[in-house]
Amino acid sequence: MTDLFFTMPDNPAVLERLTAGLGDRAAAAGLLDIAYRTVDSPIGSLLVAATQAGVVAVGFESEGHDQVLQRLADRLSPRILQAPSRLEEAARQLEAYFEHRLSHFDVPVDLVLSSGFRREVLSRLREVAFGSTVSYAELAALSGNPKASRAVGSACATNPIPIIVPCHRVVRSDGSLGGYLGGLDAKRYLLGLEAQPAALTGLAT
Amino acid sequence: MTKPPFELVVAHHGATVLRVCTAIVGSNDAEDAWSETFLAALRAYPTLADGANLEAWLVRIAHNQAVDLIRRQSRQRAVSEVLANQPASDPPTPPSSAAAALARLSPRQRQAVAYHHLADLPYAEVAQIIGGTPAAARRAAADGIARLRRLIPEEES
Repeated sequence: MTDLFFTMPDNPAVLERLTAGLGDRAAAAGLLDIAYRTVDSPIGSLLVAATQAGVVAVGFESEGHDQVLQRLADRLSPRILQAPSRLEEAARQLEAYFEHRLSHFDVPVDLVLSSGFRREVLSRLREVAFGSTVSYAELAALSGNPKASRAVGSACATNPIPIIVPCHRVVRSDGSLGGYLGGLDAKRYLLGLEAQPAALTGLAT
Repeated sequence: MTKPPFELVVAHHGATVLRVCTAIVGSNDAEDAWSETFLAALRAYPTLADGANLEAWLVRIAHNQAVDLIRRQSRQRAVSEVLANQPASDPPTPPSSAAAALARLSPRQRQAVAYHHLADLPYAEVAQIIGGTPAAARRAAADGIARLRRLIPEEES
């Protein structure tokens, strides 16, 4: 009876404003290990997450953003909040990329989720240019181990930062697509986007 | 051994923490208290035991933040009273009737009411936060509610 007697009205507008401001305040206080935001794209909503060192993950809608965040919490740190400002530049570049106005991502990345040979593969992969493709075997050679195309395949399949680290540019030697974490439709879309002639879309290089 | 991303903690408990902060420090300072509570919680989050009662943990942090805030304010008030040689005036914003009534309870009654009736913590948890026995916490909350019953009709008439 007393429980029903005393209540305090909720204030959803204040709560929303406080919640939205918390991420940037936490970042300013040096308490935010992982900031994230979402970016709309033609292949679905993308989750973009960054440590203080750089972009650490890009998640596809099909993976489930909640699962991607939980994985980051388990593997890196649960100090995770939405904080749009840390990701402003990455979001701006992703939007420009999908509008065919950007051919090279110039944002710091944090490859902390990959180690050893996989990390080496992902570093080399950043050098594969917009609009070109490379085979698993070629990327293995570039990474210093020509026989390791299977390992290159798993490095690409577990790439935590797709699109920005362009694992979609890796295809089979016979020209077929191979696999893609975001689904083959997404891979086909990205390769198609990059194959469009720049003259038609005003791509700045 | 998995902890949810802190964003989910804020989403699930943000409203309760705001109610508790409003109840114990008043509407004017509730927003600061809320932010300070979640920043302190974020700082400690990685070392929190898995499976801990998050709501009780957050209320305890809010309580500590409120105690700090009130201590800082009374120090500032003391200084400004000395400087101006007169008592500082009350906050200008008229609070809601519930908050106004709560402000007239003793701190202990106010805390017991907020933590039990607004945050739904059992008296055993409330007692751990405000000190004393669970029975004493129950009594403080009951006295607080009885006083609110007398105050709130006055406030609204």
